[in-house]
Amino acid sequence: MYNEPVSDPSIIGCPHCDLVQRLPQLAPGASARCPRCNEELWRHKEDALNRTLALSLGAAALYLVANTVPMLGLTVVGRSASTTVIGGAEHLWQQGTRVVAVLVMFTAVIAPALQIGLMLAIALGAHSRQPRRWVGTLLRHYPTTRLWSMIEVMMLGVLVALVKIADYATVIPGMALFVLGALVFLLAAMEANFDARDVWRRIAWARDDARVESGEARMVAQQS
Amino acid sequence: MHRGLQSCGVCGLLSRPAPDADVCRCPRCDEVLSFRKPDSIQRTWAFLLAAAVCYIPANVLPVLTTTTATGSESDTIMQGVVLLWSPSGWPLSMIVLVASIIIPSAKIVALAYLLISVRRGSIANNERRLRLYRTIEFIGRWSMVDVFVDTFTAALIQLQPLMSVEPGPGLFFFAAVVVLTMLAVESFDPRLIWDATSAHEVENG
Repeated sequence: MYNEPVSDPSIIGCPHCDLVQRLPQLAPGASARCPRCNEELWRHKEDALNRTLALSLGAAALYLVANTVPMLGLTVVGRSASTTVIGGAEHLWQQGTRVVAVLVMFTAVIAPALQIGLMLAIALGAHSRQPRRWVGTLLRHYPTTRLWSMIEVMMLGVLVALVKIADYATVIPGMALFVLGALVFLLAAMEANFDARDVWRRIAWARDDARVESGEARMVAQQS
Repeated sequence: MHRGLQSCGVCGLLSRPAPDADVCRCPRCDEVLSFRKPDSIQRTWAFLLAAAVCYIPANVLPVLTTTTATGSESDTIMQGVVLLWSPSGWPLSMIVLVASIIIPSAKIVALAYLLISVRRGSIANNERRLRLYRTIEFIGRWSMVDVFVDTFTAALIQLQPLMSVEPGPGLFFFAAVVVLTMLAVESFDPRLIWDATSAHEVENG
């Protein structure tokens, strides 16, 4: 059974301390914090959707390159070896540490792909004045993919491994290493420019009649 | 909660449940709502205890086995840290020490402290306890560093019969500690920290 929304949509409960409060109108770039626990409640991002779309397109391109070219190579007394990100997980699988292989595959390959793909779809779908319900479904699962997408952690791990191996052999940093480095920054920028609250504010409601009651539809209509 | 309002964890909408509703849903995003994350304390304890149990084999069993022409040698996480320690390599050694040993143990201790303080209805240091929660939520993922280090070291050093490196059984338990502590942090509801204070305020007007 659907709940009754509060009459003023700018009244919210702080997600970290549950203090009920009114969000002020914010100029683009400004942010509001909870007076009790200092949690950042909302940052009004400037031109959020276009920037998010551009950055997620860039991230998708870098992601494809990063997973197809070699990441690390080494040569020692005339022998050489190289590996890609997926190659690392594959080796673990063959060695019998299958659970860890799946975890590496998930956090370094699958979750980042989902994170970028969802963001791309959300940014495209949210461009209309009233985004469809499926945008909300994707937006709801986005935080999970972000939690488990660990490209930046993997980068640090690869760098440590690289220095470690340099003691025994000549290490050849592959193309993917630099691409992944750029991807870390692109993902952070994509994340920083996205304004989830703005998308939720405009989205089609699960319970259709409630939206009109809440006055949110009226607010959006006035702004556009 | 004391006003009978539910805040949606997915889309942030504040709404009031119907008095006779069995299942409360967010009218905007369709999420099933409750005042607090369901069974937050029990679930967090369950993940936390499982993580603490895995923590022992993670540190005792070897994570990497190096085989050379002269024999093979197995290293635990701590031995890996010591091996990396050298006049030029100490920063790396510190990274692994912090990510693999200090962060996981600090997370387990910190979460246990938060759970106990919430259960005892503590109303002191709310802000500091919340800051502690935010910190472990933020740094937790970095424990995965060692899993990636070992994965790529093992994938690259395959120069049989000269030298080869294979993952050891400790790696599984270490990965389990990282995942279980992350799940524990996710199941903890930080609003519980403030509940005793809010109840106190209501009681005293």
